[in-house]
Amino acid sequence: MSGVSRSGPPAERADPAGRANGGPPADRGPAIEFDGAAIRLGGRTIWSDVTLTVGRGEFVALLGPNGVGKSTLVKVALGSLPLSAGQVRVLGRVPGESGRQIGYLPQRRTFDTRMRVRGIDVVRLGADGDRFGIPLPGASRWSTKGRAIRRRVSEVIDVVGASGYARRPIGQVSGGEQQRLLIAQALVRSPELLLLDEPLDNLDLPNQASVAALVAEICASQNVTVLMVAHDVNPILPYLDRVIYVAHGGAVCGSPSEVITSETLSALYSTPVEVLKASDGRLVVVGQPEAPAHHSDRHHGQER
Amino acid sequence: MPTGPTWNLLADVQQMFALHFMVNAFRAGTIVAVLAGAIGWFMVLRRQSFAGHTLAIVSYPGAAGAVLLGLSASLGYYIAAVAAALVIAAVPRSPSGQSYGEESAVIGTVQAFALASGALFVSLYGGFLNSQTSLLFGTFLGISNDQVVVLLVVAVVSLGVLCGIGRPLFFATVDADVAIARGVPGRLLSLAFLVLLGCAAAAASQITGALLVFSLLVMPAAAAQLITARPAVSFALTLLLAVVVTWLALGAAFYTVYPVGFWLTSFGFGLYVIAAVATGSTKLGRRRRALGPAIA
Repeated sequence: MSGVSRSGPPAERADPAGRANGGPPADRGPAIEFDGAAIRLGGRTIWSDVTLTVGRGEFVALLGPNGVGKSTLVKVALGSLPLSAGQVRVLGRVPGESGRQIGYLPQRRTFDTRMRVRGIDVVRLGADGDRFGIPLPGASRWSTKGRAIRRRVSEVIDVVGASGYARRPIGQVSGGEQQRLLIAQALVRSPELLLLDEPLDNLDLPNQASVAALVAEICASQNVTVLMVAHDVNPILPYLDRVIYVAHGGAVCGSPSEVITSETLSALYSTPVEVLKASDGRLVVVGQPEAPAHHSDRHHGQER
Repeated sequence: MPTGPTWNLLADVQQMFALHFMVNAFRAGTIVAVLAGAIGWFMVLRRQSFAGHTLAIVSYPGAAGAVLLGLSASLGYYIAAVAAALVIAAVPRSPSGQSYGEESAVIGTVQAFALASGALFVSLYGGFLNSQTSLLFGTFLGISNDQVVVLLVVAVVSLGVLCGIGRPLFFATVDADVAIARGVPGRLLSLAFLVLLGCAAAAASQITGALLVFSLLVMPAAAAQLITARPAVSFALTLLLAVVVTWLALGAAFYTVYPVGFWLTSFGFGLYVIAAVATGSTKLGRRRRALGPAIA
């Protein structure tokens, strides 16, 4: 991968163990860093010349209309898609090398109502699901490691407030409850970075607000950097440190008040775009060129 | 045939076990029940019942063809089912790797062709009419010691592999996207599982017949998953139910004139209905959803 040749300053490569000692997030460089990055998929450039930085512990929204490559950007950060130009560093390393420190919540994940597996089992898979072998009977009670995992699983279930329904089959809890369990699953390894791909999608308004508040609280209390892909900025607007707006093959990055303005977005789209502010503080972006045809089947096209 | 059960359990069991072919039937049945139960548990969870059915049906022309060529039917079952598993794995699928969607038409066509080829091989062989029925609907008569040994080896190897890949396979089944992001080799596991499913379907076919493989692959697992959502418990329960159903079916087939496949399927079906009713799926809608995986 192209990023290998670029070695950061020593501070950036510091051992992440500092975190385990409970120390403050030392100067270990930004959580995510894109430098002149571009990606081509199927012969089409999705976006190019993207330069942005996400600091440690920040709550960042990744915004933009449908089909512009928001999920693609998340996959690049995960290391599952290579860049065609430029560089990217995630937690000071080449993407894909910091897998254990990243909690990932893919887009539009709902469980079949017939899925007869409990929520707590799904959360637990986040801890050790990638280990080969089978869980030995009683290991969660008798081995030190098993007990530690068990404790951590019930801890994160408490953090997301899912204790009441974690033992029900996951297919039979509501969308908002599933989303909380999935956030718990992403949190179970105490990641330094959470990549959440449209976690508010498909939720009703009260659930959007409560999941947004939950993520903001996790960001602060668990000392995690959060990058959340969102279609609508309003539910998370009060909590955001930074916004990345992807559109028209490029991206801008900055604080919400810098980025979500008529001037910035007009420049990004190279067409007049207006940002209106409702009396309750909600923002509405008007005039963005968005193809409605993308709406129903967006991530099955070019982004996959 | 014996005169009929005395309903004295000990005496009946002694009577059956005095006959060598019944001892072998119980040995083979138990091995097959454990293997098919374990693989079937994952198959039901992965919603790959359709693939399992196809593999079993393809094993029928395999067995019939092997007999026609003068080879052992048992070998034909395994070769055909494993080859078909590799073909199904090669058919490109959606990235989540679980829905067959458009391929179902292709697979349906292949199933029909496989059944027709099997019928052709049997008629070309021109042998006993009886073998047709036992290939399709199962038999417990005349299982040789060698066949039991082969079944045991296949089961031990398959279950060994399943133990090795169990947890990541479960992860990839429940939550494919996250599993792959965590570095679980989804495609490889999916291929390995289909081959295991081929082995299990071929092994089960030899007792239940190609058409009734579901009685061991689906029914115990579907019933157990209805009864409990705890994975470890439902897995253990699946093995228990599969073995109990098999023993009951062998006993019933020994004392009646009806084929073992019929008893297996009836006991399995009864079990499933009891589980569905007992777990409170009284609402019709919910019961229909619950039945889904078995039918899909």
